[in-house]
Amino acid sequence: MSYNNPFTAETQLKLSPFFERTSKLNESQEWRRWSGYLSATQYELTHDNEYFAIRTKAALLDITPLYKYIIEGPDAQRFLDRLVTRNIKICKVGQVMYTPWCDEDGKQIDDGTVQRLSENKFRITSAEPNLEWLDTNAAGMELSVSDDSKTTASLALQGPNSRTILNIIASESLDSLKFFWMTDTHFGDIPVSISRTGYTGDLGYEIWMDPKDALDVWDLLLEKGKPYGITPTGLQALDIARIEAGLILLDIDYISTRHAIIESRKSSPYELGLGWAVKLKKKDFIGKKALAAEQARGPEWEFVGIEIEWNELENHYRKVGLPPRLPGTAWRTSTPLYKGNEQVGYATSGTWSPILKRYIALAHVKAEYAKENTQLDFELKVEHFRKLTPARIVKTPFFDPERKRSCPQ
Amino acid sequence: MSTVNKYDAIVIGGGHNGLTAAAYLSRAGKKVLVLERRYILGGAAVTEEIYPGFKFSVCSYVVSLMKPNVMRELMLPKFGLELLPLESTFTPLDNDYLLRTADADQTYREIARHSRKDAETYMRFGPAMGQIGMAVRPILETVAPNAIRPSLSDMGAMKKLLDHFKSLSSEQFEYLTKLMTMSSADFLDEWFEFEPLKASMSASGIIGTFMGPRSPGSAYVMLHHYMGDIDGAFRAWGFQRGGTGAVSMAIARSAEHFGADIMTEASVEKVIVKNGRAVGVALENGDEYCSDIVISGLDPKLTFLKMVDESDLPSDFVTDIKNFRIRGSSGKVNLALDALPNFTCLPGDGHHLRGAISISPSYDHLERAYDDAKYGNFSQEPYMDIILPSVIDPDMAPPGKHVMSCFVQYAPYDIKGGWNDQKREAFGDVVINTIARYAPNIKDIILHRQVLTPADLESIFGLTEGNIFHGELSLQQLFTMRPAVKWADYTTPIKNYYQCGSGTHPGGGITGSPGEMAAKKILGIWS
Repeated sequence: MSYNNPFTAETQLKLSPFFERTSKLNESQEWRRWSGYLSATQYELTHDNEYFAIRTKAALLDITPLYKYIIEGPDAQRFLDRLVTRNIKICKVGQVMYTPWCDEDGKQIDDGTVQRLSENKFRITSAEPNLEWLDTNAAGMELSVSDDSKTTASLALQGPNSRTILNIIASESLDSLKFFWMTDTHFGDIPVSISRTGYTGDLGYEIWMDPKDALDVWDLLLEKGKPYGITPTGLQALDIARIEAGLILLDIDYISTRHAIIESRKSSPYELGLGWAVKLKKKDFIGKKALAAEQARGPEWEFVGIEIEWNELENHYRKVGLPPRLPGTAWRTSTPLYKGNEQVGYATSGTWSPILKRYIALAHVKAEYAKENTQLDFELKVEHFRKLTPARIVKTPFFDPERKRSCPQ
Repeated sequence: MSTVNKYDAIVIGGGHNGLTAAAYLSRAGKKVLVLERRYILGGAAVTEEIYPGFKFSVCSYVVSLMKPNVMRELMLPKFGLELLPLESTFTPLDNDYLLRTADADQTYREIARHSRKDAETYMRFGPAMGQIGMAVRPILETVAPNAIRPSLSDMGAMKKLLDHFKSLSSEQFEYLTKLMTMSSADFLDEWFEFEPLKASMSASGIIGTFMGPRSPGSAYVMLHHYMGDIDGAFRAWGFQRGGTGAVSMAIARSAEHFGADIMTEASVEKVIVKNGRAVGVALENGDEYCSDIVISGLDPKLTFLKMVDESDLPSDFVTDIKNFRIRGSSGKVNLALDALPNFTCLPGDGHHLRGAISISPSYDHLERAYDDAKYGNFSQEPYMDIILPSVIDPDMAPPGKHVMSCFVQYAPYDIKGGWNDQKREAFGDVVINTIARYAPNIKDIILHRQVLTPADLESIFGLTEGNIFHGELSLQQLFTMRPAVKWADYTTPIKNYYQCGSGTHPGGGITGSPGEMAAKKILGIWS
């Protein structure tokens, strides 16, 4: 079996600074588009090993396609505090906050992380371009907004062995780096920033670096990480992990208010399970008035985890003489949820969880049906015919290992 | 300290089935005590650090049929069950190889390299076996009815099975009949032509049995192993992170979560039987524990011929148990390695090291290996099912080092002159030499070698005659006959004494199934 077929191709998509390596490692040559970049769907012919690297070893993902902005200046804190729903005033230097941001109607534009790099310097990441929104809201403030999307390359190293690998390479130990904090360090003489963040709900880190150092960092990680099972990992495996972690994805689980077109497509953070990130005690921020009103009357929709009950699912397949068919990868097709004859919600992403051995999904459900353990009916297609099968509302994250937050003693 | 220690149920043996039964009974609110003779739980599903820094799945090394409902009902993922996929089967040959992977197209091309016909047949074979699996599964999931004196629920079960059989297609019937009666070689000859492919597939028909691939009945064992592939999407076949001991520990933690007490280094000497009823157990150290019922997770020989007196059992039953075939046929060699083995036919690191490595170049190789055993010797060129757990789970060995698990067949329990240290080492040498034929560097990279003969499996793990399945999976020892007719529903001739080991239906492997079904049966009787 040949593992060394040469492969070159032309593309009109953007290439990450890691592409020189990832393109050679990608045995399946399966790619997805992510913000206009070529991004590996999976590196191997099946994604299983990559998924299990996230959960049991260490998975290395190129996350350069994330949009990144640097906000710098005396008003930077004030600006961000007004922009997002979290309280940026209490964000210390070296701390990272996950936060949504909204329009004046309290409808969500995007979500990402805010890193406080120094007293007056922040980095904010986002799923979509946000430069214009940032610029518009910076009017009259003493700060600069710069697009850092191409000036910083980034990798995610996720999984139980990620800390061990970084401790071998980095000049300082990461043992005391807490969940959602970051630190500047070096890999040899290469300066990098490492944040204890990720999109997998596992122990994991994101590494931020100058693109010119990208290949050296990649090589170093792969070399030193090999005995610890480091595995280049694509988006297929990531998608399963992020659903298990109960993390939302823009354009899949919700639509940015900026291109929602109609009102019913818009969602507030309360409707996306992000109520905890809306700090109504803050003096003022974009969307506060609308969000306060919504909080007072209670949101119309909630975003929940559901588990599709196994025995009934199996029975549906048994009736047609088949073993249960489960999605081998995460799906992203909106799927109706019923209570009796009424449709009361829809699931937006779902997956068979290989680690939990459960069939899980993330769903929008009308608030009155969103209580834990409520039983709904999930629409299932069995041999092309629609069936209803019971699903139960369960807590998210579905998978929440202690190591995600803990530090070594 | 006798009457103070009163339990609803005592489970003898902390193997994975005993623990599963304990977990289910505790989950139903019963006060349960598990007594394990060794210092460590797990029975044959155990991980031990035999050599510093290297973790061995000492006996049982892969998880096949672990039932999805058991995983869910006992919340095993929460307690540490993590099954990693075994991706491939690699059969090294003298100047070539056969590598079957999880990718259908890749496997098609690879088989086509050897036989275009087989490559296409292979694509039909999987679904066909899946259909047979669907046909067999309800049998495996039914408590074997007492066919001689059926109870009401037995009749219900038989009716359900009858209805199920009526629903099978003629094709399913044909294959089922063939699989129940034929040799794995004959069965596979009807499908394939490329010898190494047939031999590698037939090998799953001999694992754990004292049969060769040409012995009638071996096809069923192949099917038993195939059951693990049926739920392909859920990856039932797999490698447990941390070794198979971690499966046992997950079940133990679940049992404890539900309130079970578990004691290690608590060797049961005897079940206390009064007036034909089990009322507790006596330990070797003199302690006694009382309970309403006693459940044995041990094999049928120990359960009935050691734990209780023959005089407490009907004589025909004693005869049945004495006749129960439990001949051990396999050994295990675990290696701590300084580096990866380098296969001449496919050098270097690669996907072929991530799954099973099958030393099964031909039927003749396997059958000759069996011939040695028939006449009281270990195989001079054994069949082996090898995995490199550290490639799948690097935590099994220190960074950059590896562990290698070699399931070796045949090594008869009744070897001429009996097993001794010298024979054990000679057996180990034969194993290394056989591997070296395909990966010559093996001899230079061994840091430590653990050789387990059937005699060792018996003395260390309490597997009578070293049989890994608690008794052969041959037709006369299955379903309503396992371990004996009339007593295949987890009950025994002694009131309040039950059995839940692999010697009961549906048999061996890390399935949790006998433990689960025994517990459910007992809870049914209780209520």
